[in-house]
Amino acid sequence: MKFAHAIPMIAACGILLLAAACGGRSSHPNKITTTGSNVQAIAVNSGPAGNYANGAFTSVTVCAPGSSTCQTVDGILVDTGSSGLRILSSALTVSLPPQKASDGNPVAECLPFVSGYTWGPVQTADIKISGETASSAPIQVMSDSDFPVPTACSNFGTSRNTLTALGANGLLGVGIFAQDCGGACVTTGPGNPGLYYECPAAGCVVVGESLTQQVPNPVALFAADNNGVILELPAVTAPAASINGSMVFGIGTQSNNALGGATVYAVDANGNFVTTFSHQPYSQSFLDSGSNGLYFLTSSITGISVCPDASFFYCPASTQTLSATNAAATGSPSGQVSFSVANADNLFSNNSSDSVFEDLAGPNSLAGFDWGLPFFYGRNVFTAIEGKTTPSGTGPFWAY
Amino acid sequence: MNKWRIRKCHGNWATLCLFAGILSALLIAAPAFAGLGEDVRSVQADQAHMQGTLRTTQNAAYTVQEIKSPTGTIVREYVSASGKVFAVAWQGPWLPDMRQILATYFEPYQKAVQAQGNSRAARRPLMIEQPGLVVESGGHMRSFAGRAYIPDMLPEGVRAEEIR
Repeated sequence: MKFAHAIPMIAACGILLLAAACGGRSSHPNKITTTGSNVQAIAVNSGPAGNYANGAFTSVTVCAPGSSTCQTVDGILVDTGSSGLRILSSALTVSLPPQKASDGNPVAECLPFVSGYTWGPVQTADIKISGETASSAPIQVMSDSDFPVPTACSNFGTSRNTLTALGANGLLGVGIFAQDCGGACVTTGPGNPGLYYECPAAGCVVVGESLTQQVPNPVALFAADNNGVILELPAVTAPAASINGSMVFGIGTQSNNALGGATVYAVDANGNFVTTFSHQPYSQSFLDSGSNGLYFLTSSITGISVCPDASFFYCPASTQTLSATNAAATGSPSGQVSFSVANADNLFSNNSSDSVFEDLAGPNSLAGFDWGLPFFYGRNVFTAIEGKTTPSGTGPFWAY
Repeated sequence: MNKWRIRKCHGNWATLCLFAGILSALLIAAPAFAGLGEDVRSVQADQAHMQGTLRTTQNAAYTVQEIKSPTGTIVREYVSASGKVFAVAWQGPWLPDMRQILATYFEPYQKAVQAQGNSRAARRPLMIEQPGLVVESGGHMRSFAGRAYIPDMLPEGVRAEEIR
């Protein structure tokens, strides 16, 4: 940020406050690391479907385990809100071995997302990103045709298994969880949420799946730099067609991934922390690079109108500058965040060829604050994986 | 909310609970649909489907039937004085069976989701605000929350914010 642009921000926050304390963004630009064997380039652009807003994309190489039979798939959405690599069957040309259950039947997964599900076989790959490798890692291949979608899966909603529905060739889940499901899916019986299936010819049935067979956050399987990631994206002050940044693997494992002055925010067992807005705390709040806007509360609480043609975006008459406070799930530390909400209809109609919008926002009903990709612009955001040690304590946590 | 009280299966409620138990036993073959827009009896079917435990609370305008699944996910069904489920809300590590809790509104819900597959691809919370159906769904892997209600069926004086 240029100094001239910083003046109004400082003034708006109070002369006595330092810019760094006002909104958490320093008046100095965040440093974006571009070199190192643990650094992967990412870009925010319109994505492989050509119409994404605020999606951070990268490429991932998958190989048949232990072989040089590989494919590099681009247009993969970087998602700190989930864990696991998922690739559309339609984007995958390399042949990967299916995962087999103990009785020899192939394994498939149904993964519910907010508005639907991904379905398809679990296969095994060496995942290569930058100089890092996750060897023999389970991934999900998103396909409705390898095995028929079980009723219990389609009952979650709508399939996200197409480029049109996903807007990406796949998802790279690099969130706080080491696996997508965890202990619940290991169990058998009514406590199993029904994500993993084995698929004999007679049809797919829910199966208990060990932690090592579940689809993992690939970072957790790297030989080194495996305790988390940093997303580094530049500040954005106006709509843009694209911006470039980095995904850096490891936290405090190399000279290029130290926490530095970042504040560590512990999260709870469900991956949430607390955002306070207008003196009201919302304990199901979270950071998520895979959400494409700043989604929070409702019109009746914020007083900001939703768009007449799209109730999932806010459309204030003029851009609103707001403030909230994020705190660790344990209550402290905490820090203020300032953010802006623009009129989404105007953003899109006035900038139809752009894909980067730092003040795109919408309502989020019951789930607190969903700090999507615009939160990451101008901040280096650390995501530490559960159970992994870092110089600033054991994950899970976020830091920025 | 101190105006609410929790009904438990002892004291004056024992007879009612016994009745509820018999009713639920009779309902094994009963409702084809359960959940939103259906009769209060459908709550028992939802409980059976989720293999969950049921807790009932009530205030002046409606009753809340809260089903806790062994997976940790909680579904709350809001029942009007006339015995109809006018709203459902959910919260927990896993998304509930949306077809089960939205019942006959599941198909309109799916159509609305697909209609939003718009010119701007995106992953974001779901907001469906139609005259006859509101569905709001948010969260992330291992933490979901949402609600659905039929605006015309909200009892007088009940605000949507109460559904959570």
